[in-house]
Amino acid sequence: MRTIVSNYINKTTKAAPLAAFRILFGLMMFISIVRFWSYGWIAKLYINPKFHFTYYGFEWVQPLGEFTYLLFFICALSTIGIALGYKYKLAIITFFLSFTYIELMDKTTYLNHYYFISLLSFIMIFLPAGVYFSLDAKNDNTKRFEYIPKWTIDVVKLLLCIVYFYAGLAKLNSEWLVHAMPLKIWLPGKYDLPLIGDLLHKPWIIYAFSWCGALYDLTIPFLLIYKRTRLFAFMLVVVFHVLTRVLFPIGMFPYIMIVSALIFFDASVHQKLLNYLGRLFKASTEKFNNGITLLYKPLTSKVKFGLLSIFFFIQLVFPFRYLAYPGELFWTEEGFRFSWRVMLMEKAGIAQFKVVDSQTGETLHIDNMEHLTVFQEKQMATQPDFILEYAHYLKEHYSTQGKTDPEIYVESYVALNGRRSKPYIDPKVNLAEQRDSFKPKNWLLPFEDEIKGF
Amino acid sequence: MKPLRLGTILLSALLFWACSGDDEPQINSDNFDRGAMLINWADNIIIPGYKAYTVSLKALNEATVAFNETSSVDDLVTLRSAWLEAYISWQMVSMFEIGKAEAITLRDFTNIYPTNAETIESNILTGDYNLELPSSRVAQGFPAIDYLINGLASDDALIADKFSQNPQYGTYLSALTSRLNTLAETVLEDWSNGYRETFIANDGSSATSSVNKLINDYMLYYEKFLRAGKVGIPAGVFSNTPLSDNVEAYHKNDVSKVLLITALDAVRAFFNGDFFDGSSSGQSLDDYLNFVHENGSSEDLVKLINNQFDLALSKASTLSNSFSQQIESNNQEMLSTYDALQTNVVLMKVDMFQALNIKVDFVDADGD
Repeated sequence: MRTIVSNYINKTTKAAPLAAFRILFGLMMFISIVRFWSYGWIAKLYINPKFHFTYYGFEWVQPLGEFTYLLFFICALSTIGIALGYKYKLAIITFFLSFTYIELMDKTTYLNHYYFISLLSFIMIFLPAGVYFSLDAKNDNTKRFEYIPKWTIDVVKLLLCIVYFYAGLAKLNSEWLVHAMPLKIWLPGKYDLPLIGDLLHKPWIIYAFSWCGALYDLTIPFLLIYKRTRLFAFMLVVVFHVLTRVLFPIGMFPYIMIVSALIFFDASVHQKLLNYLGRLFKASTEKFNNGITLLYKPLTSKVKFGLLSIFFFIQLVFPFRYLAYPGELFWTEEGFRFSWRVMLMEKAGIAQFKVVDSQTGETLHIDNMEHLTVFQEKQMATQPDFILEYAHYLKEHYSTQGKTDPEIYVESYVALNGRRSKPYIDPKVNLAEQRDSFKPKNWLLPFEDEIKGF
Repeated sequence: MKPLRLGTILLSALLFWACSGDDEPQINSDNFDRGAMLINWADNIIIPGYKAYTVSLKALNEATVAFNETSSVDDLVTLRSAWLEAYISWQMVSMFEIGKAEAITLRDFTNIYPTNAETIESNILTGDYNLELPSSRVAQGFPAIDYLINGLASDDALIADKFSQNPQYGTYLSALTSRLNTLAETVLEDWSNGYRETFIANDGSSATSSVNKLINDYMLYYEKFLRAGKVGIPAGVFSNTPLSDNVEAYHKNDVSKVLLITALDAVRAFFNGDFFDGSSSGQSLDDYLNFVHENGSSEDLVKLINNQFDLALSKASTLSNSFSQQIESNNQEMLSTYDALQTNVVLMKVDMFQALNIKVDFVDADGD
């Protein structure tokens, strides 16, 4: 075992794939941030709201007012550093920290693909992505290597495989496979698409999309790994993600996944890409082909490899944490985030809050629009941790408005995947007295239905 | 490696099979015809509604002219009934804040209450006002006219007297009625000169499509202006104590019920696609929901929502004609009407929006 591992650690390969990945990753991130900025989302999502929903344990991460723009600027700057391979280490660390900070500012905007970017940029801190076809390596020949340890490329592939495979596992449930939910709700709404629009309400089409989607997620890692199916698999990746782009408002994610999947190709493909870029920008790759292999000191190698092993162990286990909670995952959402559960639910809700003065008994209903944006209200109404955090905010707010020790109650209804809406939170529980924790939330009302599967 | 290759071929065949489908002609579609629904809304409900509304406003303007000439009690009574007719007529179109109505914020200039008597008086006194400014919204529209023709004094003779002694009151009154008329004409003209076609052509599924927008406008109206404005706010749902003088048509006082019931009837008629003239019924949300229902998703929402409309209407019908009196004598009845209205917010905004895949307004961030 020990020899298998150490043999594997010592395997080397061309540095080109990782260098190409670095360039494309930096570029995609740069475009993503410019796009985000140009849509005015920085102000809309992070500056204008009066109140922000924080992650448990990260309540201190708050938007920085007007300086939030500076944060995005720094983040954008670091993506250029990554793409050029200029002060790569500093650039990737800056990117990881600034991007993750941005995502932690308000969980209203949580997306699995932002989480994926955070994880990917974290592991890239430990990878020698800047040793080939980079400004760093061009300027300093001691940082220039043509070959790198093979595992440093494999970890990127592993992360991608986990994302796909877990997303596929999460679809193996009765909602997705038996009821074709939530696609049965979403697809007919795309009736106005050219060519296929008129078919999208037909049950067999909806089932075909559901089943193909699950099958795609589960098999694509293997099809990409296996050399003889790779080209075909990549074509599937392109078709699948372009299709999701057409059908759903998922921003840059499809493009990021398409570009990321290129890492599975042989070094020769990346070499050609880099040679082409080299000709384009008059920066020949020749200089970097020095035949030298990057060899980590045994200790460095062990530490890096060990650290990433722990990282991946957590990644493999963490999505299953929902098993530790009672109740239906889709209903309680305890353990739903950070688990590659993508596009699984259509959930809508409404939450009418009531503030009661504990001395006078005076009761006041809250107009959520006064405190939250439409987006925040939408997210809040279906997720217990949001509801609780908002209840505490209301308690604080109305304490300063002359209410004595206000009690907060909510009457809420949630509809999941086309079911009739049902009461969601126990309306008799004073939420001001409840504390958030990793424990099950016993003030949630039961789902009274069963969803089988993962 | 034969099985794997076979698998991949199958997979690709499935996927491409699933994604092709251009061979089927667009005609003879068995899909729900949203275009027909938009046409029904425009031709049989919205445009006739605005036509009737502008007719009632013309009558209001004529009654105002007549009253300003004579300042007689008789003409005041006629004017008042013209005002009520127009106010009732307004309840049928208030929910359609789309297109020109949205652009000129028709509702905010037509029916903001409580009205501000001080601003009205100072406008009259100084003669220096601009009714096009947003700040003057609280001093115009039906509530401001309500104040002038019902709230200026304790009886009709004194009110008529006030107008005959101070002609500037009549000037302001006719400024208000003609402003209402201008606003309504602007909207109706826009529907007649091209907006109808724009509205019908925009039959897609995006957030800015006509179906998506109008359902959101409808919902906003129901939740904010009908449920909260007419019932919830005066009943004190959102405040520490009831606000009985925040009822609609406070100065006339005994018509807040008829205004609510008219509005609720109009909301239900729209849901069911009933023509404005009541002669027939066409495609609307009920048919759309039934179509989705037949395809296997969602329960029989149409029935649930209609039952709930009935319940809310029957609750409302037991209320006093004067909501301010109702609130002071037995607010519990108001609150129970509010609850009946609230239940349909849940059924429509949660269940119906989900079933029809309508996105809540302007959440244009990325999804997963």
